[in-house]
Order: sequence, then structure tokens, then C-alpha cells
Amino acid sequence: MTEEMSPLIQIRKLSKNYSTKGGDITAALSLVDLDVAPGEFVALVGPSGCGKTTLLKILAGLVGEYRGEVLLNGKPVRKPSSEVGFVFQEPTLLPWRTILENILLPVELVNLDMKVYRDRALDLMAMTGLAGFENKYPKELSGGMRQRAGICRALVRDPKVLLMDEPFGSLDAMTREFMNEELQRIWLDSGKTILFVTHSIPEAVFLADRVVIMSPRPGKISEIVPVNLPRPRQLSDMAHESTGEIMSHIRSHFSNARVI
Amino acid sequence: MPRKVSHPKLKQVFLVILVFILATGFWEWAVRAKEISELILPGPLKIGERFVALLHTTAFWGNFGVTMYEVLAGYALGIVIAVILGVAISQLRILEQSLMPYVVAFQTIPSIALAPIFLHWFGYGLTSKIVMAAIISFFPILVNVIVGLQASNSEQIEMLRSFGASSMQILLKVRVPNAMPYLFAGLNLGAVFALVGAIVAEFVGGASGLGKMILQFNDTMKIADMFAVLIVLAIIGMSMHCIIACIRRKVIFWAATR
Repeated sequence: MTEEMSPLIQIRKLSKNYSTKGGDITAALSLVDLDVAPGEFVALVGPSGCGKTTLLKILAGLVGEYRGEVLLNGKPVRKPSSEVGFVFQEPTLLPWRTILENILLPVELVNLDMKVYRDRALDLMAMTGLAGFENKYPKELSGGMRQRAGICRALVRDPKVLLMDEPFGSLDAMTREFMNEELQRIWLDSGKTILFVTHSIPEAVFLADRVVIMSPRPGKISEIVPVNLPRPRQLSDMAHESTGEIMSHIRSHFSNARVI
Repeated sequence: MPRKVSHPKLKQVFLVILVFILATGFWEWAVRAKEISELILPGPLKIGERFVALLHTTAFWGNFGVTMYEVLAGYALGIVIAVILGVAISQLRILEQSLMPYVVAFQTIPSIALAPIFLHWFGYGLTSKIVMAAIISFFPILVNVIVGLQASNSEQIEMLRSFGASSMQILLKVRVPNAMPYLFAGLNLGAVFALVGAIVAEFVGGASGLGKMILQFNDTMKIADMFAVLIVLAIIGMSMHCIIACIRRKVIFWAATR
């Protein structure tokens, strides 16, 4: 079981304050502890302002100043590293680059061998169903395809960890369900460790091994719920009684607090 | 009549031609009906006639060449200095803080008022005209380059940072492409301004050029010929605009045209 391996991500007593313009201090995260095992899929759910995105940005090395310990592979995280790939809420593709050029951008930035990674990018595109769209521009693709390109870009340097910040939030419901199935397949194929921020409880339960429930002001973890459903999961599994119980348990956190 | 969905471009061409026919038709009619003197306002037919005649004189082409040389040399000079200075000011905080107030202050001076000084400094030859065209086209390009390089998509920048990009990479791969629409807006304004600068400098003091021709026709009361030169100036301005629009479409291919 994954729990027996040494954790890939270790977060100890992580706190992060932001000072506002008026000089007030807002606590975004307060004393967060979390371990994530290699290959694990962890979903973070919680209302707006609970610090989910801040937690991801710290792990991505985009926010360097915090209190506590954040270790990736045993090393403290202070700046962006090739071990981590970030998938943003919006795909954020550069409109003047083709899809392939967009996917290869992270390779270009650190001067890796373009020949080797070009083949890898083409493999990723095939895996995510983007084969044939190498030379298209972002505006020629649908929202779902653009987000797949964003996932390929995050995976191109072969990072150990994939951080995803509500990646399917702006897609329509049908595309979103389809992308959830696709992401499960990509994850099972690639063996990456994924931290996935979402507002959707069904999405979290469908995808994750564990669902981390966060509460706001200051952001902290209120419960970690394991989801012991067999893989690969089907969308039809979501109608099962055991799944329903997990979802209503998670939902009870928010309805008690009257935040959703 | 059934409403047909016609080609929008074709419809616009039709409307533009229609306005031209109506306006010149009214003008010709008014000049004839009211017996307005040719020394006050010549009719469009007379102006057209003088325009064609003008194109057949060697004097015209000599003056045309002089003005075009002044405009293009001044414009090119303005672009080069504006882009270099714009990149420097937008990227170096200290330059922005120290120079930006002067840029704003100099902009408030009507650049045309500088023409006599340039004439005094650079003489009656081409140099004073080129400097004038350069100075006057320089400011809109400079301001647009600075605004364009500073106003950038923060999501794109954060994306690049998450993949470990340096500041130089962010400048080249995100800020510069995003600044292109601003640059072209500046180039468009600058082209028209360069033409204005060259003509004004010729007015103030010059031996040749289309501006000088206008003054000569004015002195000899050849009003229709003056109008003919105005048509030439309009054609020069529109041609520069079209060439810039064409390059813009090629460079900023990802942006919607409208």
C-alpha cells in the first residue's frame, strides 16, 4: 500500500499570512499538516478563501515565504522546480504559439534537449487525445482540448508531482465529466502524484484516493476522508450507495458550517 | 424585396463609394449653381483635372521624392529611438522614475512649435525636416511601447514563473508578444505624425517638397493645384496606414482583426 512508502510531499505546521493594503494581516493557512505518498491522488475541497490555491502555489514554489516546513522529496520548496508541473484554472496557452510549441515551452525555458522532449510531447499528445493538433493554434481548439494541452505542458518535463488548480472549473458539465474520466486514465497510465483543487465534491470523490477537507479563515484541514473505491472508476459508480455516503459525509462539513 | 445577407466587406465598399459620389456630386453642383469663384473653392472636376496634370510634371515627382525621403527617414529614426528608449524605460525602474515625468512634460509641448528651432539648428536642407518628422512620430510610439510592455497578462507570467522562467524569458516570451498590438497602434499614429512633421517643417522654411509646393501654389493663387497636392498627401497617409495594417495582420496573426 502507498501508505508504507516514505511520503513524496511532507507539509508540517505550514502557515501563511498575507498583509492587505490597509496593513491588516489575513491568515491564508494555519498549521497545515499533510503527507502525500508517491503515486497518490489527493483532492483538496473547501469553500473560497480556505487557502487551497495558496497551498498549491507554495508547493509550486510560486510563494517562497511561509512558516513551517514544506518538503518535496525531502528538500524544502522555495522556488519553482522541474519536479512539479502546474495546471492552471484557465489553460493559459500562449495564443501566438502552436499547441506543440505551447507544450514544449517548459522544455525551452530550461534549455533541455529539444529532440528528446519533442518525442515525449508527441507521446503525451497521443495519450491525451490531441494527436493531429500539433500545429493548430489555441483558438482553434475547444476548451476541453486546451485544458488537455495545459496538462501535457505540465507533464512534458516528466515531473513527479502534478498540481491542478480547479482545472475543469470553466468547462461545461458534460465535458467536465469526460475530462474526469480522462484524467483518471492519464493518472493511471503515468503514475504521477496529483494534488487536485476543486469546488466539486463529486469530482473529488470520483478522482481521489483521499479527499482533504479544508475550512476557511484561517485555512486549515478539518478532515481527511479516504475514498476506498476500486480503480478504474466508472461514472456509473458514482450512483452507488457507498459513494453517496462518502459524498454526504463530506457535504455535512459544509452544510453545518453554512458555507456552501 | 427579400433581405439578402451580403458580404459585409462588399457592402462597406459600396457605402464608401456611394458617400464619395454623393459628396463630390453635391460639391460640383454647389460650385456651379452658386457660381463660386475658382479662387475660393474649385469644383472636384477641376481639382481632378489639375491632379492628373500635376502627375505629368517632373517638378511634382522631384518634390514628392523629397517629402517621401524626409517622412520615411524621420519615421524610421523615430521608431528606432522610441523602441530602444521604450524598452529601457519599461524595464528599468530607475529610468522609469527619472525619465517618465519628462516624457509626459515634453508631450504637452506642441511639437510643431519646435519647427523654427530645428530650422535654426539644422538649416534649410533635409535634415531639419527629418528631425521634425522623427521627433513628432517618436512620442506616440514611445508611449505605446512603454504601456504595451508594462501591461501584460499576469496569468501568463505566473504560468511561465511556475516553469522556472527568468525575468528575461518572461520579457521575451510574454511581454514582447503582448506589446505588439500597442506597438502597431503607435506605429500607425507615428506614420501620420511623421507626414505632418515633414510638411510643417517645409512650411516653416524649405526649398523643396510637397509642403513647399502648397505654399507656391498658394502664392500664385492656383487653388485647384493646392487641392491636388492635398490629395497626394492623403494618398501617402493612407498607403502608410495600409502597409502598417498589412504587416500588423502578419505579425499579430493570433489576434482578431476587429
